Amino acid sequence: MKQFLVFIRKEFFHVFRDKRTLLIMFGLPLVQIVLFGFALTSEVKNITLTVIDNSRDLNSRQLTDKIKSSSYFVVNESNIDYNDVLKLFKKNEAKCALIFPSRFGDDLKHNGKAQIQILTDGSDPNTAKTVVNYISNITSAYQQEISNGKPLEYVITPEPRMLYNEEGNGSLNFIPGVMALVLMIVSTALTSVSVVKEKELGTMEILLVSPFKPLMVLISKAVPYLILSLLNIIMILVLAVFVLDVTIKGSIILLFLESMLFIITCLSLGLMISNTTNSQQTALLLSMMGMMLPTMIFTGFMFPLENMPKVFQWISNIIPSRWYFLIIKAVMLKGLGFGYVWKETLILFGMTVLTLTIALKNFKTRLS
Amino acid sequence: MADKVITCKNLTKKFGDFYAVHNISFDVSQGEIFGFLGANGAGKTTAMRILCGLSYPTSGEASVAGFDVYTQQERIKQNIGYMSQKFSLYENLTVLENITFFGGVYGVPAAQLKERSRQLIAKLGLTNEAKKLVASLPLGWKQKLAFSVAIFHEPKIVFLDEPTGGVDPVTRRQFWDMIYEAAANGITVFVTTHYMDEAEYCDRVTIMVDGKVEALDSPGNLKSRFDVTSMDEVFYRLARNAVRSGD
Repeated sequence: MKQFLVFIRKEFFHVFRDKRTLLIMFGLPLVQIVLFGFALTSEVKNITLTVIDNSRDLNSRQLTDKIKSSSYFVVNESNIDYNDVLKLFKKNEAKCALIFPSRFGDDLKHNGKAQIQILTDGSDPNTAKTVVNYISNITSAYQQEISNGKPLEYVITPEPRMLYNEEGNGSLNFIPGVMALVLMIVSTALTSVSVVKEKELGTMEILLVSPFKPLMVLISKAVPYLILSLLNIIMILVLAVFVLDVTIKGSIILLFLESMLFIITCLSLGLMISNTTNSQQTALLLSMMGMMLPTMIFTGFMFPLENMPKVFQWISNIIPSRWYFLIIKAVMLKGLGFGYVWKETLILFGMTVLTLTIALKNFKTRLS
Repeated sequence: MADKVITCKNLTKKFGDFYAVHNISFDVSQGEIFGFLGANGAGKTTAMRILCGLSYPTSGEASVAGFDVYTQQERIKQNIGYMSQKFSLYENLTVLENITFFGGVYGVPAAQLKERSRQLIAKLGLTNEAKKLVASLPLGWKQKLAFSVAIFHEPKIVFLDEPTGGVDPVTRRQFWDMIYEAAANGITVFVTTHYMDEAEYCDRVTIMVDGKVEALDSPGNLKSRFDVTSMDEVFYRLARNAVRSGD
């Protein structure tokens, strides 16, 4: 036990004296939270909309004003014609345009229907779709308003509610994702590098020749990173709550227990990697490419898994972070208890046992 | 003759069809400086790993400090020290922290640890450097410190795997003074080396060629047997017919 403590103390010295490790460990989550929270938002705001009003009547004015008063658009009214608009698109000076035909108001009054054209830059499909949605919504609201006196015969007003996230706060989805990603990096990459580093230095041999049991060497290597990863989780949660206004709905204890399970999975993956390589570079590359990339792609927090081809959906099932992400989302955002996530937990637990067994077996066979 | 602390009888280690160590037999007495020579790939490291309890032999018998290499690896580890050619202290730990760490891992009682670390640092003349990172020490000092750490827990036997690689001649000489001192205190020294002048410092040497022990005697006897003036020539006579080379 005393040997164990001596070892752990030494491991903390390593971490706190290496600026690079510290930076990866505590700088990375910070950067990711800020990036995902503020820079990589999928909401579209203050987009410049070029309005070409060929009709200049009451209705076209009113509709333009409606659009102006929304926070989504900065309206730029101009007298240019259709061809000039296309030039603006080519020069990347316009992303979207709204064109009223010359008889817009008349058509509306006499025929009861009229048309407007929305032009968007399809090379950026996400923004384009969002813009079309916004304008359509504003238009249909306006349509209802002007038909007030003589009600439409059938009106269906959808009243959407986004459950668990009524304000549409984008942070809610990526916080669990960032947690999975950061744990993957800290636990897998740093653990594998720290074990391989000892091999490179030759200190691993000294440790294996010592009366300290090989298994204990591995465990004492892993424990400091387990502790540091838990600190990381706390940091991410604090940032999420106080900077990004995320409310944690479920049990914090459950959150930590599930996180611990996932950390152990990552640690075993890290140990597995360190068993297969003798250079720090390879270890780092393996954990970055082999672990981080699948985590980003197959976890479901950046790209919806449902839209992927079946093959990729199957692959996603063997990625541990996918299950962790589901669990954390359920507990943190929906406030669900263990009763709702036991299946995912069981899968994650199975994966943990499997990776840990392989890592330890491998370590032993390499010794003899 | 003093007690035998290492005995090997027909020790063999096979990797597939390859005999890394082929039927070697020798004994090492307590307090002896035993040189283990051979070209790269001759099987020195494999033999040493077996004796350190890091791997199992394929056949044959061997015991270290009275413990069997097949069944008592853990007991062996409690009685040996080890230092390898790769530098083996932690660079970003201080001198004192390194001593405390390895002392702790090798089971030096906590009550003695503090006082003995202080003595060791004073003896090495590192009192002013005790709180400095090992990375800041010159290589020669690091090697001496590594050796001191390897025998800090007072093992019966210390295994040195090419301990003086890359060290200047003056420091090498000082290093050998430390080895003599350890041997005088009753610690058996088992050392592999490439430097033939170092072989002259050993009480007895074995020369391994292609996994086999080709010669085993004191340097003086070996030189007269081959009728040459230096160990360098003894080694050349034996090793020039080697089939294997390199790692």
